[in-house]
Amino acid sequence: MSTARALPHEAALLHVTGAARYVDDIPVPAGCLHLAFGLSPVAHGTIEALDLAAVRAAPGAVMVITPEMLPHENDVSPSAHDEPLLAEHMVHYVGQPLFAVLAESHGAARRAARLGRSEITERPALLDLDAAIAADARFEEGPRVYTKGDAAAALAGAPHRVSGVMEIGGQEHFYLEGQAALALPLDNGDMLIHSSSQHPTEIQHKVAEALGMPMHAVRVEVRRMGGGFGGKESQGNALAVACAVAARLSGRACKMRYDRDDDMIITGKRHDMRIGYDVGFDALGRIEGLSFVHHLRCGWAQDLSLPVADRAMLHADNAYHLEHVRIESHRMRTNTQSATAFRGFGGPQGMLGIERVMDEIAHALGRDPLDVRRANFYADAPVNRMPAPQAEPEASAAPPPPPPSSPPHGHAAERDLASRGAAGAPEVEPGDDREDGGRPEDSDGARREGAGTQTTPYHMPVTDFMLNRLCADLAERADYHGRRARIARWNADNPLLRRGIALTPVKFGISFTLTHLNQAGALVHVYQDGSVQLNHGGTEMGQGLFTKVAQIAAERFGIGMEAIRVTATDTAKVPNTSATAASSGTDLNGMAVLAACETLCGRIAALLAQLHGCPADDVRFAGGEVIAGNVRHSFAEAVQIAYQARVSLSATGFYSTPGIAWDRIAGKGRPFYYFAYGAAVSEVVIDTLTGENRILRCDIVHDAGASLNPALDIGQIEGGYVQGAGWLTTEELVWDDKGRLTTHAPSTYKIPACSDRPPIFNVTLWDEPNPAATIRRSKAVGEPPLMLGISVLMALSDAAASCGPHYPALDAPATPERIRAAVMRARG
Amino acid sequence: MDTTLKINGEERVLQADPRTSLLDALRHHLGLTGSKKGCDHGQCGACTVIVNGRRINSCLTLACMHDGDEITTVEGLGTPEALSPMQQAFVTHDGYQCGYCTPGQICSATAMLEEVAQGWPSHASADLSGGMELTDAEISERMSGNLCRCAAYPNIVDAIRDAAGKGER
Ligand code: FES
Ligand code: FES
Repeated sequence: MSTARALPHEAALLHVTGAARYVDDIPVPAGCLHLAFGLSPVAHGTIEALDLAAVRAAPGAVMVITPEMLPHENDVSPSAHDEPLLAEHMVHYVGQPLFAVLAESHGAARRAARLGRSEITERPALLDLDAAIAADARFEEGPRVYTKGDAAAALAGAPHRVSGVMEIGGQEHFYLEGQAALALPLDNGDMLIHSSSQHPTEIQHKVAEALGMPMHAVRVEVRRMGGGFGGKESQGNALAVACAVAARLSGRACKMRYDRDDDMIITGKRHDMRIGYDVGFDALGRIEGLSFVHHLRCGWAQDLSLPVADRAMLHADNAYHLEHVRIESHRMRTNTQSATAFRGFGGPQGMLGIERVMDEIAHALGRDPLDVRRANFYADAPVNRMPAPQAEPEASAAPPPPPPSSPPHGHAAERDLASRGAAGAPEVEPGDDREDGGRPEDSDGARREGAGTQTTPYHMPVTDFMLNRLCADLAERADYHGRRARIARWNADNPLLRRGIALTPVKFGISFTLTHLNQAGALVHVYQDGSVQLNHGGTEMGQGLFTKVAQIAAERFGIGMEAIRVTATDTAKVPNTSATAASSGTDLNGMAVLAACETLCGRIAALLAQLHGCPADDVRFAGGEVIAGNVRHSFAEAVQIAYQARVSLSATGFYSTPGIAWDRIAGKGRPFYYFAYGAAVSEVVIDTLTGENRILRCDIVHDAGASLNPALDIGQIEGGYVQGAGWLTTEELVWDDKGRLTTHAPSTYKIPACSDRPPIFNVTLWDEPNPAATIRRSKAVGEPPLMLGISVLMALSDAAASCGPHYPALDAPATPERIRAAVMRARG
Repeated sequence: MDTTLKINGEERVLQADPRTSLLDALRHHLGLTGSKKGCDHGQCGACTVIVNGRRINSCLTLACMHDGDEITTVEGLGTPEALSPMQQAFVTHDGYQCGYCTPGQICSATAMLEEVAQGWPSHASADLSGGMELTDAEISERMSGNLCRCAAYPNIVDAIRDAAGKGER
């Protein structure tokens, strides 16, 4: 049994000996050129002239590429064709690429790029949300609004009411390996690209478009990334396209790697967001009506902002059942980096809004915030309810008809179907039975009693809820109540240092909200010697995907992990892949790999059954052997028998998530196959004079379903929590009044270090099989744990609240300055 | 100009512009890409190597300043067939996710244990005269120059404690 085990990382030996190759480590052919971009120094303006003579004359410079030299499209956008590789006529943010230099070395290219002079007539720049709102500069025609019940009436009738505004900062990905790409020109004008990308198909698509060639002429390979976190879903396009175009123009291999400062200045980050809230509640803190207004700062180009903002709306309820709710979302355009995907994809921001609301309700009523949270939870589903409400894939008696994708509107080449940014058209044809405002029917109608009344604000029944049980377990493990009492006593005796504690839950929806992206393919080869090669569409960025898929294959074939090799992700082996994103890497690719393995096992079993006169169903693959009746062959022998009998030992596998359908315009449907859950208790201490702070202890219980690999899952949970805590505390992005990012290096942008992790850090897996029929009943674990970090912000708020009678209204990131200000607000 | 470096026990003559950092010399001129470049500013630790027994950020020093120096990179600590105890401990404890910080973490931790053995105090040491215990706080403080964005810190610290406990480096 290879799954459900803490097997080491498939590349462990390579990592610890420095032999694991990243893009910048790949040996390049002689004559390889290196690229650097010349960047706009201005946030908004008209380009009058570029003087690049000094660039061309710089030592080592070979060529300078300007927009008119581009062979075909000048676009690297994953969505709206609004992101030129090189600016034409206008610039829209400080750091926008104006031209590219090709030089003999990386250093020579960077030095040359600095010599470019641009003459730009400045225009007024919209740098923050206030400016964008005042100018009504936005994406989409107006706000998106999701509603359920009648929020206005419920608010008017509620016995208690509070309202407020929360500001939430963005976040730099700071993948430790910066963006990088390498283009190698092949025969026939074809191009091989090595890219540090979560989305090889997107790179292939954009490179093909830029070269004016069909996708079959471009092959993209991704072995691994040194971290992605969403920052390599679309932000690698510019480097890959620039390298490909440069390789076409120069006939030489071309490579580009952003220096860290350039990386931070050029690429998009997590969306910062303002959430206005107005909530009505009863004496126990139960919410009667709630209205949210989201404003996201999307930056200059659309990128993936629409689905990010949608996901923020989809997580505005987090774990709480809301009868009357209205969520309004504005996607504002500014002259700053184009904000992009980041672990959680808007979910964390949306979730933070309602956690702030819970915190403030508790403060208003003088109740324990945990009690208020519990009073609002969805009801738990019955334990061990099997099978899934969504039913087994393929075996579903009456699967909901997948919405026939409407034929692409407009010119086919302009559609970027494999990108999450493609969310322009409704997924579900309007005019179906959703018009009556009712819930979409559950896939098999097997709605549990009473659950019919509990739907999300987007009318999806919540059928797998478990946070009542999980949080009770966590509160006990962490001694939440005992510690809260001790903290209160400690605070009474300590005027300067104050402690705080908070328990916050996470309910995170799993699936791409652009329904057609929920598909994956795999290609599995078995060689004559019994070794197995595995190819699938997912990319490895440290989340352990390759290890998990190798485990799945090893288990199905009944062989050891050492017999399996997972190759680099390659668009020539598995085409039309979705980004490794939305936490869905293992769910999708694991299933596709399993399907291919099933096909191969089926062929071998059929042959051996015939040979040995037993039913094919009795042929088992286990312990390195294939057992047919009372005959045992080693796996390699069985493979050789199959080969000699001329049985194909190569198979593809395919998977598409069943039972999901979503209308993002109406805000109705089932966008998610299931939810992943978790909760964290954080305890912190603050210095009320300086705002300095520390996390003292963290306890987590997290739901990974029936975990495929507990060691990897716990690593994701710990890492996600720390990254989430960093987002909400030390990671502050600052732009000056010219729109220049002033925090563009780790010297000024503080990510968590070893000493920032909580000294007491207890993580427990909630070991319960996923009711949904996922791979081995596991659950996705990439993104959800990031939101466990919200407990840190709420614990800091709790500590500040101990300083006085008023609500501290602590915004994020909770830097020492903000904590100090919150203490002052609490005192009044 | 020519610089002679003793890298992983082998004399290598480097011909490079005198402005070449030790990191670039290793990665580009000598083909040793195990040392990583995370920031090129001395702020992340991905490029940590051991020079004459001391850990340094190789992006912050010029190669030509190390004529005659003994340099150990992650490639010189061990091989897949013969891992160093620290490398083995990182495998045992899964001390990585994406792996990009790993070579720097391993070089840094290897030299750090030597510093502790020699009684060099850190900010977290209660006693400045040496003989400190390798507590979690000591490890965390001493390793705080090696960032891990995946935040594999709990496993990194476990690995280091394990390697230290075995009394070998
Ligand atoms: S690359 Fe040397 S410290 Fe970051
Ligand atoms: S393992 Fe990814 S940066 Fe440390």
